[in-house]
Amino acid sequence: MKIPHRPLSPHLQVYNLPLTALLSISHRITGVSLTLGVTLLTLWVFSAALGEEEYNLFSLVLNFWLGKLVLFGFSVALFYHLCNGIRHLFWDIGMNFDLRKTMLADFAVLFSSIILTTLVWLVALMDLI
Amino acid sequence: MVDSFSQFRSPLRHAKGMGSAKEGTHHWLAQRITALALLPLTSWLVFSLATLSLEGHLEFVTWLGHPISGTLMILFLSVAFHHGQLGIQVVIEDYISNIKIRRSLLIVTKFMSYLLATLGVVSVLRIIFESL
Repeated sequence: MKIPHRPLSPHLQVYNLPLTALLSISHRITGVSLTLGVTLLTLWVFSAALGEEEYNLFSLVLNFWLGKLVLFGFSVALFYHLCNGIRHLFWDIGMNFDLRKTMLADFAVLFSSIILTTLVWLVALMDLI
Repeated sequence: MVDSFSQFRSPLRHAKGMGSAKEGTHHWLAQRITALALLPLTSWLVFSLATLSLEGHLEFVTWLGHPISGTLMILFLSVAFHHGQLGIQVVIEDYISNIKIRRSLLIVTKFMSYLLATLGVVSVLRIIFESL
C-alpha cells in the first residue's frame, strides 16, 4: 500500500501536550532508561565479583564527574518512574480515574519525586545517617 | 451481523478468558506484580546505596556478601530485568511496525535481559561464596 504524504493527527510537533500526556510518555522514557541503569548496576556488581582491581576501575569511571551526573539522572528517573508507577497501580484497580483526581495526582507525582530525589542525595552526600 | 455469529459462540471463551490478543492477561498481570515486588526491593536498594559507604572493594563485598543483602540483590536484579524486559517489549510493539525488525528487536531484548540478569545473579553468588 502506498502511504500518502500528509500530516497525521494529532500533529505531535505542534500539538501542545497536556501535562498528563507529558507525564505518560515520561513514564515510558524513564522506564527504558532505567533498564540501562540496572545494566550499569549489574556491571558494577560484576566488577566487584571479578576482584578489587576491576572494582576500583569501574568505581573510577562511575565517580568521574560525568558519572555522578548520570547517577543523578538515574535517581530522578527512578523516583519519577516509582511514583508514577504507584499512580498507575491505583489506576489499574480502578481508582482515581476522573479528570480532577488525575490532575491532582500529576502534581503529587512530580512533587513526591522531587522530594524523594532531594532527600536521598542529601543523605548520600552529607552522611546524615 | 453480530447476531448471526453469536450462535457459534460458546461459553468456552469466558472459561478461557484469553480475549482478542489470545494471550489473556498474563503479560499485563506480570508487569503489575513485578512492579509491586520492585517497590520494597528498590526502596531497600536506594536506602542501602545512599546510607552505606561503599567506596572500597572490601566494604562492597562485605555488604553484598551478607546472605540478606545478597538475596535482596539477586531478587532485585531478577525482578527488575523481568519488569524492564516486559516494558521494553510493549514499547517495541507500539512503535516498530515492521514485523521483521519488531521480532528481531524482541528476541534481542529477551536475550540481553536474560544474559544480564544471569550475569548479575552469578556475580552476587560468587561474592557471597568468596566471603565465606
